[in-house]
Amino acid sequence: MVSASQSAAPAAAPMTGEQRKWDIDPVLTVEHLTMRFGGLVAVNDLSFNVGRGDITALIGPNGAGKTTVFNCVTGFYKPTEGRTVMRHGAGLLQDMVDEVTAGGLRSIRDGDKAVFLLERMPDFEISQFARVARTFQNIRLFGGMTVLENLMVAQHNTLMTASIYTIGGLIGLPGYRVAEKAAKEKAVYWLERTRLIERADDPAADLPYGDQRRLEIARAMCTEPHLLCLDEPAAGLNPRESAELNELLQFIRAEHATSILLIEHDMGVVMEISDHVVVLDYGVKIADGDAIQVKNDPKVIAAYLGVDDEAEIDIPEVRKDLEEVEQAASDEGSAS
Amino acid sequence: MEYFVQQLINGLTLGSIYGLIAIGYTMVYGIIGMINFAHGDIFMIGSFIALATFLILTTVFGFVFLPVVLLIVLIVAMLFTSAWGWTVERLAYRPLRGSFRLAPLITAIGMSIVLQNFVQVTQGARNKPIPPQIQGGITIMEGMTENGRIAVQLSYMQMIIIATTVLLMIGFTLLITKTPLGRAQRACEQDRKMAALLGVNVDRTISLTFVMGAALASVAGLMFLLLYGVIDFYIGFLAGVKAFTAAVLGGIGSLPGAMLGGLLIGLIEVFWSGYFTIEYKDVAAFSILAIVLIFMPSGLLGKPEVEKV
Repeated sequence: MVSASQSAAPAAAPMTGEQRKWDIDPVLTVEHLTMRFGGLVAVNDLSFNVGRGDITALIGPNGAGKTTVFNCVTGFYKPTEGRTVMRHGAGLLQDMVDEVTAGGLRSIRDGDKAVFLLERMPDFEISQFARVARTFQNIRLFGGMTVLENLMVAQHNTLMTASIYTIGGLIGLPGYRVAEKAAKEKAVYWLERTRLIERADDPAADLPYGDQRRLEIARAMCTEPHLLCLDEPAAGLNPRESAELNELLQFIRAEHATSILLIEHDMGVVMEISDHVVVLDYGVKIADGDAIQVKNDPKVIAAYLGVDDEAEIDIPEVRKDLEEVEQAASDEGSAS
Repeated sequence: MEYFVQQLINGLTLGSIYGLIAIGYTMVYGIIGMINFAHGDIFMIGSFIALATFLILTTVFGFVFLPVVLLIVLIVAMLFTSAWGWTVERLAYRPLRGSFRLAPLITAIGMSIVLQNFVQVTQGARNKPIPPQIQGGITIMEGMTENGRIAVQLSYMQMIIIATTVLLMIGFTLLITKTPLGRAQRACEQDRKMAALLGVNVDRTISLTFVMGAALASVAGLMFLLLYGVIDFYIGFLAGVKAFTAAVLGGIGSLPGAMLGGLLIGLIEVFWSGYFTIEYKDVAAFSILAIVLIFMPSGLLGKPEVEKV
C-alpha cells in the first residue's frame, strides 16, 4: 500500500531550523496514529500538531484518510495504535502528558491546566471534558427537533447538573430556570451569529442545506469546545456562502479562543484562512507547514493539486516526483 | 345510551392501564429499536411489590388511613420497580448493545421467562387476592331500558385511575419536552452517536428510559391490583401483549400514540365484551390491530420511516 516515495515523504516537508508555533504550543497532538480496518490501513503512523488558536487544515485527495483521523480524534473510532493528546492550558505540559500516559489514566487536571488522552476516553467524555466538538461531512443534525432544541442538546451536561438530573427541571427549581435561561441566551447568540435566528423554532430537517451546515457549527460551538473539528464545512456552498463561512471561522477563532481543525477540498478556503496545513495521501503525511510552504511543495503538487495539470507539472522537480509516483503506481499495479 | 356510557367509562379505565404499560414499550423501542418483551413482567413485578408493600403497611405497621397507605405504596412500588427495570437493562440488554438485531429480542424473551419463574417460585403460583379497598362511586346517569332501571356508575376507583393517568401523562409530557433528560432522549432516538459526541451520556440516558418505563408500569401494576383485587405471576404476559399491541396500534415510537393505542385497545375490548361475546374480546382487539396495520403500516400516530438515499 505505502510506496517508497510516500514513506520517504515526511522528510520532504520543509524543515526549517526555527521551531514552529504549533510545535511549541499545541492544543492537540496526534502521535503515531494508525487505524486499520481488517487488512486496510486507512491511516498509517501519522503524527501532527494542531496549534492553539490556529486554524489547521487537513487536506488530501479522496480516500486519503482525513475523515478517519477525525473519527479517531473525536472518539468515533478507537485507533489501532497511537496517542492523541488534548491540552487545556498553554505549553507542551510534558510532565502531565507523561504522568497520564504512564499512569494508565484518561486525564489529569492541575488547576486550570489539563491533559486528556482521547483514545482512552469514552465518546461522550471527549465532548464533556476534553472539549472537542465536531461537525460531519454528511450533516448529522437532529432533524426532528427544532433548531433551538438542537443547540440545547449541545448544552446537555450543564443543564443536567443545574436541574439535579431533571427532577429540578420538572418542578421548576429557580436554579434550573436560571441555567435554562443562560442556555437559551447562548443558543440565541449563536443563532444570531449564524443568521438562523428566524428559523429557531423550525424543525432542523426543514432548513436548506447551507443553513444546516451553519447550524451544525453553531451546535458544536454550544458545547464550548477548545478544539472545533470541521469536516468539509464548505462542501456544497456557493462562493458567497463560502466567504461567509470564512468570516464565521475567523470570528470563532478570534472571539472564542477556539482552535479549529478542518478538512477541506476547497483550496481557496484552505489557503485563505489556514495558519497550518497538513497534507495526507494514502493515510500518510506528505507535507506539513504553513499554506505557502505546502502550496509550493512538489510532493503536494504531484499527489494532490496538479497531477493532470500541464502547467504545473512542467517544473522539472515536480516532473521527477510525478514519475516516481507513477512508477510507484505501476509497481503497485503489477504487484496486485 | 346509558349502557354505552357505562362501557365507555369501563373501557377508558382499562385503556389507561394499557396505555401506561404501552409507554414503556414505545419509549424503549424509540431509543434503542428493540421490543422489550420483559416489560409486561416488569408490570407484574410492580404489582407484586405494591401488594407486598400494601400488606406490610396494613398488617405489620397497622396503617389504616387509606390515602396515605396508597401514596406510600405508590412511591415504594415505583422506586423498587424502577430498580428492577434498571437492573434488567444493565444485565440483559447493555452487554448486547451493538450485537446483531435479534440478540436483545431473544434475551428479552428470556428475561420475561426468568422474571415470571422467579415470582412463581418465590411467591407461589396461586392467586393473590386483596379485599376491595376503594368502594362506592357516583351515579352520573340514570335511565330505563326494557330490562328495567339502569344507572351509570363512575366508581371512585375509576376516577382515581383516570385522574392518576392524566396527571402522569402531563408530567411525562413535560419531562420529555422541557427537561434536558427528555431532550437527550429525543436526541438519542434520532442519532445516538451524534448525541454522544455532544456530551450526552447515551448509556445513562438509555438506562433512565428503562427506569421511566418501569415506573409507569408499576403505577399500572398498582391500579390493576386495586381494580381487580387479584394478581398472579402470569398477569404480565397478557397485559404485556395487549400493551405492546397498543403501542403498535398507536405507532411504535410515538408517546401520544401509545396512550391513544392503549385507550383504543381498552375500549375495543370492553365494547366487544359488552355488545358481543366476551370470549372473543382478545380476538377483536388483535383483529383491529391487523386491520389498522394493513392500511396504516406505521400505526395511527407513527411517522412513516423515510428511507434516506
